[in-house]
Amino acid sequence: MSNDKDQDVHLPQPPLRVINLGLERFSDDLDAQRVEVVQVDWSPPAGGNPRLAALLEKLGV
Amino acid sequence: MEQISKANQEALQRMLRADPVLVDVVPAAQAIPALGKNMILHAGPPIEWPRMCGPMQGAICGIAVFENWAPDLQTAEKMAAGGEFDFQPNHHFGAVGPMTGLTTLSQPVMVVENRAFGNRAYCTINEGLGKVMRFGGNDAEVLARLGWLRSTLGPAMGRALRELGGIPLKALAARGLTMGDEMHQRNVGCSGLTLRALAGALARTSDDREALAEALDFIGGNDQFFLNIAMAMGKAIMDPVRDIEYATVVTAMSRNGTDFGIRVSGTGDDWFVAPVEMPEGLYFPGFTAADANPDMGDSTIVETIGLGGFAMGASPAVAGFVGAGAASTAADFTRNMAEITIGENPEWTIPGMDYRGVPSGIDIRLVVKTGIAPTINTGIAHKEPGIGQVGAGVVRAPMACFESALVAFAERVGVA
Repeated sequence: MSNDKDQDVHLPQPPLRVINLGLERFSDDLDAQRVEVVQVDWSPPAGGNPRLAALLEKLGV
Repeated sequence: MEQISKANQEALQRMLRADPVLVDVVPAAQAIPALGKNMILHAGPPIEWPRMCGPMQGAICGIAVFENWAPDLQTAEKMAAGGEFDFQPNHHFGAVGPMTGLTTLSQPVMVVENRAFGNRAYCTINEGLGKVMRFGGNDAEVLARLGWLRSTLGPAMGRALRELGGIPLKALAARGLTMGDEMHQRNVGCSGLTLRALAGALARTSDDREALAEALDFIGGNDQFFLNIAMAMGKAIMDPVRDIEYATVVTAMSRNGTDFGIRVSGTGDDWFVAPVEMPEGLYFPGFTAADANPDMGDSTIVETIGLGGFAMGASPAVAGFVGAGAASTAADFTRNMAEITIGENPEWTIPGMDYRGVPSGIDIRLVVKTGIAPTINTGIAHKEPGIGQVGAGVVRAPMACFESALVAFAERVGVA
């Protein structure tokens, strides 16, 4: 069994530079804390609808 | 799928090869022989009287009086409710119409010929702003203006255009983009260019000095005069793109004030409809969003060819007019529309975006995948009949139209 005390914990060290995908709320919070952040607009294909996403894959996009 | 890529490239090439020319103005019954008494073409996908919105019903009562099918508006309403009129979409007859978009047999229609493919498309003459039939207006003033268009301006434009041999529209629209027009809610440049092209021929073919002056004043005083020409141009460009097997390109977007409908090249002439949405925009003094009718008109054919909301980057002034945001954000709308289109039009470019071509060829697959719905610039009608335009704004095409079209397309090509 591993011992938590023996594990190295690697947290990002300042200065942080962050790329956030999707939900803007996360980048807003970081921005408010003056963390350098680039927001990328992203959402799952077809809004996350699995049936439409499967059709899109078959239709070549 | 390889077949889809090839089919879509064919669709795009047909759009880009189009050569639309404004060639004539004739009575609608001459352009569309199927148009008969009591037959009314309207904007949008098919709809029957009980489901029509207020402005559409108001305009129908007005046009029935105008055509002498009914002695007054009340009788016209009873006739409509009693099933005495045959309602059909403009799109089924090679025509388009703004807002309520009514086309009936005696109205003059402008004729745009696509000389690359030989097809023709039709649209009535723009009536100007304010209380007009396309926004549901139907009083004596509205009918008198329609009468003047029929008796005076329509024939005068027809004579002038025949003398000129037509006005090529592709180059005119290209120039309009460089003058700040997106050709849906801003047509100042193109309307001026049209008047400049027509004025001499109007004078040479007129023997009535006062009628000539009225015609010149009317065209010169209407910043949206070119809108209906742009619409007929759009219909003439997109009709040859219909019925390409495996193509997922949208060939028409249209709304009747109740439903929004799209047609897709690879699914023939089927309509895919969903409830129409409310525009978000700015209102004329004295009106608010509570007065507004939902989105309406065939004018979205302009976005279908890459203009209107798709060409917002060419028209920062319109971004403010329709309440879309700061002028500096106009290009963002165009960039956004490039995410859902398969190409650009190298002949219709936007100076402020380093001469990037307008996004062209809406692909239903890209719309559904990205969740980005086409942006449409639009006028806003009052929800009650007979009042007219109350504002201008931006509206998105309903995503449900594209989702149902995608499912139908997938079934058609055997992958559903």
